[in-house]
Amino acid sequence: MSHPAGTTELTGSLTDDEVLVLRRDFPALNQQVHGNDLVYLDSGATSQKPLRVLDAERLFYEHDNSAVHRGAHTLAANATELFENARATVARFVGARDNEIVWTANATEGLNLIAYGFSNASLGRGGADATRFALQSGDEILTTEGEHHANLVPWQELAARTGATLRYIPVNDDGTLRMDEAERLITSRTKIVTFTHVSNVTGVINPVKTLVRLAHAVGAFVVLDACQSAPHRTLDLAALDVDFAVSSGHKMLAPTGIGVLYGRAELLDALPPFLTGGSMITTVTMESSGYLPAPQRFEAGTQKVSQAIALAAAVDYLSSVGMDRIERWESELGARLVDGFAAIPGVRVLGPGSGVHRAGLASVDVDGVHAHDVGQFLDDRGIAVRVGHHCAQPLHRRFGVTASTRASAYLYNTTSDVDAAIDAMASVRSFFGVSS
Amino acid sequence: MTSGDLAGMYQQVILEHSREKHGFGLHSEADASSHQLNPTCGDELTMQLHLDGDVVRSISWEGAGCSISMASASLLHDLVPGLTIAELHARIGLFRELMHSKGAGVDDDEPLGDAVVLEGVSKYMARVKCAMLAWVALEADLAQLAK
Repeated sequence: MSHPAGTTELTGSLTDDEVLVLRRDFPALNQQVHGNDLVYLDSGATSQKPLRVLDAERLFYEHDNSAVHRGAHTLAANATELFENARATVARFVGARDNEIVWTANATEGLNLIAYGFSNASLGRGGADATRFALQSGDEILTTEGEHHANLVPWQELAARTGATLRYIPVNDDGTLRMDEAERLITSRTKIVTFTHVSNVTGVINPVKTLVRLAHAVGAFVVLDACQSAPHRTLDLAALDVDFAVSSGHKMLAPTGIGVLYGRAELLDALPPFLTGGSMITTVTMESSGYLPAPQRFEAGTQKVSQAIALAAAVDYLSSVGMDRIERWESELGARLVDGFAAIPGVRVLGPGSGVHRAGLASVDVDGVHAHDVGQFLDDRGIAVRVGHHCAQPLHRRFGVTASTRASAYLYNTTSDVDAAIDAMASVRSFFGVSS
Repeated sequence: MTSGDLAGMYQQVILEHSREKHGFGLHSEADASSHQLNPTCGDELTMQLHLDGDVVRSISWEGAGCSISMASASLLHDLVPGLTIAELHARIGLFRELMHSKGAGVDDDEPLGDAVVLEGVSKYMARVKCAMLAWVALEADLAQLAK
């Protein structure tokens, strides 16, 4: 596919030729592993970083490094401006307002921040504004069977602390949500409905709008895990009408140590804080303290300044390529992965089969060969994939396996990367002597 | 196509042991029994120790995991009959030393018998824990006896 310069450059998909050009921006991709060119298909775990992002972090330290939101000197003012500009950039990227974006260390911290906000409200913290978040015995928290542990364990703990009951929407054999069960389970008792936008195991894209409609009809809050969607597709959180959302920077070309929490402004200003201390207060006496409005009320202590600035650079990089084009490209790569894997005897794709729209990833179970051995064999050819339960033990149990092998693509992968993984996968069973 | 290191780790004898699993199947009674779980990969293994006085009669085990962890348990099963508890401790220590040798091996690996075929694993840091799983489980059995 080619685009006349300056006309339709942000429509359509990417091409292998374009990908080969933008790949030069990613130094880590340009290396050999066991004598083979690296084929990096583990972006679902963490993405590689373009020079523009690495430069942004380094330039901050070379020129502007200073503490934000304090101090009157020039560097402090510059650092604060860059830090807040980064927030505005990320807010625009996900369809939010600036004060609806809270920096966290990662998505896991974001989910715990929400859960502890509810927990603290349940203890009476936060005053009258926070009573809407208070949980008690008889209330229900609803998650799904297809979640990453990060979107399950904090809710187990919240239920245990408050006396609320944790329920879950089961999945079908192909990993899609049982929407009949969702309709049955979302009732007037439901206070929180939390689910992933895109499954990190199956690539299933969950029906956000339907779940939001069901949840809001009973007055429940919706929490969206956007870790596998924000890096890969256009995300408009306001349009999706979710109440809270989380994502992590390192899966979207940014460094580790930076994540994003989104909350509707009126909710964030009412939710009791999670981590407390400096930088999030108004007046402090020896007896008690007042708290700033969001986002500062959730940003106690020294902030992740260089990481936030680097995340904004990552978002700018993604936007310059075009999120719609990235989404289409990865959809093509995902379909190619599934078609290729599914055609190999003894290889079972976990999740939707051929022809079903999915994200750019596929997990497989190889009959007679453990996932670690599959991953080792692929690594020998320079192909990096994830093996194990991908922090989703219940979903693997549902599929009747303890571990799987996942190939996950990003904007810098070509069709030949996918083909290399398929070719290697086709040789796995004969290498381990479980097929002729 | 396949590197020497990979072929060195997955030797035929290892792949055969991973399928044949000598000693697989738990007994109703044992002198000691322990369960080991590797939470990062989900591999798990239950190891039973059977003694005649101070001498190992046999081990029996059940588990699920990668070819390296299964082969290692099978090879361990073949190694231990007739060893005293002190000798078994020494074998486990020697095997651990071999696994952490990063491909260099150990001076005298003869006491490890066929289990030396696992030496190739020591070049792959991430897989050492797979090879150690059964041995750590047996070590836990010995610790129970000491109590």
